[in-house]
Amino acid sequence: MAKPLSIVVCGSLVPDPLQTLEPVQTPQGPGLKNEQMLPSVLDPWAACALYEAANLAKQRAGSKVYLVALGPKAKLQQLMMTVAQKAPFTLVAVNGPAGGFTDAAEAATELVKAIKGIPGLDLSSTLLFGGCASASRDAGVTLQFVAETLGITECFMAVDELKLADDDSFSVLERIEGGQYLSSTCSGFPAAIGWATGSLPEPPNNPQVGMMNMRAVMPALMKAPVANVGVGGIAYEKTEVPSAKRDTVVKKDMAVDDIAKEIVDWIRA
Amino acid sequence: MTIKAYSIEGNGTFAQDVPAFAAAIRGAGAEIVLVPGVSRAKRSMPAAAMRAGAAIDTNVVAVQAEGDKLTVQRWAYRQRILTAFTRVARPWVILVDPSLFGDVCAQLGVTAEPMPSGAAVETRTTVNGVVAAGKGGESTIKPDSPLLFVAGAGWTKKQADGAAHLDEAAATITGFLAKSGASLGSSKSLVDMPEAAAAFSFMSHMNQVGQTGSTPRHAKGLATCCHGEEPHVVGWRFVNERRAVNLDANCGWAQGKTDVLYVADAFAVMKKVNELL
Repeated sequence: MAKPLSIVVCGSLVPDPLQTLEPVQTPQGPGLKNEQMLPSVLDPWAACALYEAANLAKQRAGSKVYLVALGPKAKLQQLMMTVAQKAPFTLVAVNGPAGGFTDAAEAATELVKAIKGIPGLDLSSTLLFGGCASASRDAGVTLQFVAETLGITECFMAVDELKLADDDSFSVLERIEGGQYLSSTCSGFPAAIGWATGSLPEPPNNPQVGMMNMRAVMPALMKAPVANVGVGGIAYEKTEVPSAKRDTVVKKDMAVDDIAKEIVDWIRA
Repeated sequence: MTIKAYSIEGNGTFAQDVPAFAAAIRGAGAEIVLVPGVSRAKRSMPAAAMRAGAAIDTNVVAVQAEGDKLTVQRWAYRQRILTAFTRVARPWVILVDPSLFGDVCAQLGVTAEPMPSGAAVETRTTVNGVVAAGKGGESTIKPDSPLLFVAGAGWTKKQADGAAHLDEAAATITGFLAKSGASLGSSKSLVDMPEAAAAFSFMSHMNQVGQTGSTPRHAKGLATCCHGEEPHVVGWRFVNERRAVNLDANCGWAQGKTDVLYVADAFAVMKKVNELL
């Protein structure tokens, strides 16, 4: 019989993609204007990782999913109001900045501390999940740093599919160049999986799951340790939003034939 | 300042590449190690750099050397904020965007050597090979094509007769791709649709362009039936010439995101384009 799974998902908040972002200088280094006020969402790729983890856990009774999130405590609490309704998990919160200008190595160090502090977690039989990159720093290095520090030697990035067998062996499809996948099999745990989009839709909100999660979320937020995360060894010289506005020509009332001819001429030019 | 550049080819496993790459970083004896940011490097180089005691930055789009100071540029928040920074840590591994790697090496006057890879260590991973995304057929993702063709969710909407025409849409899109040689991109809303997954078997999440998709580099881009919302358009950051076809004259594309917006029915326009091509 297949054993219960322990899946640790690393993921935190990012500004809602529909928000306008404006960089500003703060005493701690670059930041975003009104950063504390910006609505946040769970990082999209980390969210895919969480949904995939929940789906795998559902297939084996007794499995546990941990969401290890490094972010400002107040914003994490706000985020949990929605995320906690999506899937059952245990929150492991770390109170610190989650912006795109912080150093990935420092963030990874804090995540490792938090993972090592999870009571009863056997790292030798754990799946470490996360997004293949974040929508904030977008470096795609943090999960590998965490894996390396924890001594996890099997790591797969930009994964869209993971098929798990009862003996804990699994196959994965990793995105590579040219719209192709690298297909691999791994004979068992531990392993780190950096998810791309996966194949699961966003689960609908489930208030019952939300209430169950929130019982543990609030205590986890209360005891969240303060993380020592900053810009590390990075000396920023410039953070700017380059002007991307074009002088759009809107062509209405053109005949279809004329539009088609113009597009073909433009393609061939 | 000593700079060493490595090229990386083929595929490998994390378990075997990390020690090989780490040894190469140490063995290079260089302050700066340049590597193209291909998938193999992105997977294993961060851990290798950590093992070798090096700093690392990825997705770098420009490198400027002045004496002993090196400044790099990379985007944060998914192509929204451009940053320029330097580091004092050495060695410093820099993963340059693959399409710019050759130019950066030439600018710095270095020639890339093949990166040693695949150390003889035990691994639990077996690479089975490369498979195409989607459900068979020719890949619709062509990074080297000069043209990006983006299909949006509008291709699945009901038309004037009150019915959706998914088969017709699929035929028009694939017809255009075959005739133009364009690479196919998609908005998130389209690839997330179950009905689109069934009808557009030539398309997958791999085609998705934008915040949670790719940021391709094609000279030209043509968007059809797509609203041009900001999370999608950030994926167009490096597409220089842009045109869009949409029925809504006030869509996102009209807000300074494309050079030309044709307010028209993309079904009719693209059918005519296919005829002309």
